[in-house]
Amino acid sequence: MELKEKLISSFMAFEERIDVHSELHDLRTSALKNFETKGFPTKKEEAWKYTSLNAILKNDFTVFPKKDSAIEFSQVKKYFINEIDTYKVVFIDGIFSSHLSSTTHDGIDVCLMSSALTKPKYKMVIDTYFNQIASKDDSLTSLNTAFACEGAYINIPKSKVADKPIEIMYFSTGNESALMVQPRNLVIVGENSHVQIIERHQSLSENPVLTNSVTEIFAQKRAIVDYYKIQNDSHEANLIDNTYVSQQKESHASVHTFSFGGNLTRNNLNFYHFGERLTSTLNGITIIGEKQHVDHYTLVNHAEPNCESFQDYKGIFSDRSTGVFNGKVFVEKEAQKTNAFQKSNNILLSDKATINAKPQLEIFADDVKCSHGCTVGQLDETALFYMQQRGIPKKEAKALLMYAFSNAVIENIKIPELKQRITTIIAMKLGVKLGFDL
Amino acid sequence: MLSIKNLHASIGDKEILKGIDLEVKAGEIHAIMGPNGAGKSTLSAIIAGNENYEVTEGEIILDNEDISELAPEERAHKGVFLSFQYPVEIPGVSVTNFMKTAINETRKANGQEEMPANEMLKVIREKSELLEIDRKFLSRSLNEGFSGGEKKRNEIFQMAMLEPKLAILDETDSGLDIDALRIVANGVNKLKSDKNAIIVITHYQRLLDYIVPDFVHVLHNGKIVKSGDASLALELEEKGYDWIKQEQEA
Repeated sequence: MELKEKLISSFMAFEERIDVHSELHDLRTSALKNFETKGFPTKKEEAWKYTSLNAILKNDFTVFPKKDSAIEFSQVKKYFINEIDTYKVVFIDGIFSSHLSSTTHDGIDVCLMSSALTKPKYKMVIDTYFNQIASKDDSLTSLNTAFACEGAYINIPKSKVADKPIEIMYFSTGNESALMVQPRNLVIVGENSHVQIIERHQSLSENPVLTNSVTEIFAQKRAIVDYYKIQNDSHEANLIDNTYVSQQKESHASVHTFSFGGNLTRNNLNFYHFGERLTSTLNGITIIGEKQHVDHYTLVNHAEPNCESFQDYKGIFSDRSTGVFNGKVFVEKEAQKTNAFQKSNNILLSDKATINAKPQLEIFADDVKCSHGCTVGQLDETALFYMQQRGIPKKEAKALLMYAFSNAVIENIKIPELKQRITTIIAMKLGVKLGFDL
Repeated sequence: MLSIKNLHASIGDKEILKGIDLEVKAGEIHAIMGPNGAGKSTLSAIIAGNENYEVTEGEIILDNEDISELAPEERAHKGVFLSFQYPVEIPGVSVTNFMKTAINETRKANGQEEMPANEMLKVIREKSELLEIDRKFLSRSLNEGFSGGEKKRNEIFQMAMLEPKLAILDETDSGLDIDALRIVANGVNKLKSDKNAIIVITHYQRLLDYIVPDFVHVLHNGKIVKSGDASLALELEEKGYDWIKQEQEA
């Protein structure tokens, strides 16, 4: 049976298993209907022109893993940035692991979507926020909505600073020969509040995995949200990440995406503005090789005056890897005095690597500052010779240049341990050991 | 120390060096002068190992070893230093981190331990004082946004840090005002010893007032056409390069 049919036919059984109130049932049913009509996206659609899911969809994915899988912390310790000083919401094959997690209800809620969706005390919040900013039109988001039952639920009330970063971690064990998971995260950051979140999907085997994840983030007035995505997954792991950010006035929301691994990664990152004088930041570093594929598909919807958005994506592609950057900036008529900047810089290290970069600016206001720039190049030979002349071997010199190239984005990481971690991953990717951190 | 014999080199199909012979002994300063396009920068790039040029004939011997097939970093590890005419900007890598990497890679290649951090700091302090470099400057990205003079001073600072056996200064005087020229020349003179050698490549005589050469060679059309002592530089300054050109054509 094809994956689409398998998903649709399992929907009723799925709904019977979970305890849902009727509003959610209606949401799910109409979402499933949308997916049923549209199906998985194909290359015929403009938005998926450079990314094909065909090969992946041929796997016989298990959509509801039956086995309870246990992992010891020591086995996966290396994937966390800190043993103690972070909150952790951890899932194994889509199922919450209380054993590996460290949640809280002390002043802030860092817990489970399954609780939030089913317990009466969260009902009002869920009614207000759940599926409010996520697209009802996009087929993959709809597919996620139809089956949404588990993920991280984070609610930081008014004027609170989350005292530690939050790590959201999805492990897949490989106990299923092929696994599809659909995490659903909801993040609400109240007025004047501040939170730092790190999200990672990690397969612990070489069995195929398909993750279709949806995250909704709400940044209220003057809230500060720093969201980091680490994508350094195994060769058979595929990720479709759909993230929707809703911002109120004077808020600062940033999403940093570090794509270093996986077979296919598609990041649909959408920012919507609902207030003035707010700032959106979208940063990314992509370093891939072999036949890996990473597609960044961003949208910033400027709907209010005096807002700013900054996009800075760096990509380094070797072997036969392929990258896509499609950055859409929409400036509505009311959004005067908008500052919108977009940059996509790419280095191709091999003749067979490809990058497709496509900025799209649609501007309907007349008093705005918008810019975009895409570059594609090779490493600067003169700079390499210069460094070699000072005694730095070619391999290290190349790595240093690539570090330097990514540095503007690395500098923006606000969590020191994470910055260290990203630097280490980059050094590993480049196969060098440098005597310092940038 | 350095012995260049019948060196021919080309870039693409174009022959740029057409048989250079040059002997440089420890303790000596040689100046190579010549009009634009004579091959001065090519010669320095080839000694340093720039792979854009192809050596078609001849050899480059450093301390009895032919280095003409070695990679640029291997030559650097053997003590060859080239001060670039146009130093490259490397955003995101500080001067200090760049120097640490360069020194430790060189030590590693020569079978030495990494330089301890406190010693590194001490050497950096000493050498930056020698070149009158502000400490804040060292934490800036390498050459990024540096003025022409700062870039050149930074080149000589790196030379001081690496203590090369053979230093080639390619047009180090270009872009320098008189104060910067004095600081750079003073630095070079302090680094000079009877164990190392310096090749100064310059278009003008000006730098040679400060760094006084033992020998002056005139490069024209890919060949050394005249050699002499420091007075040759003065003569060139007075008569211009046309004099050499005419002499060659005659």
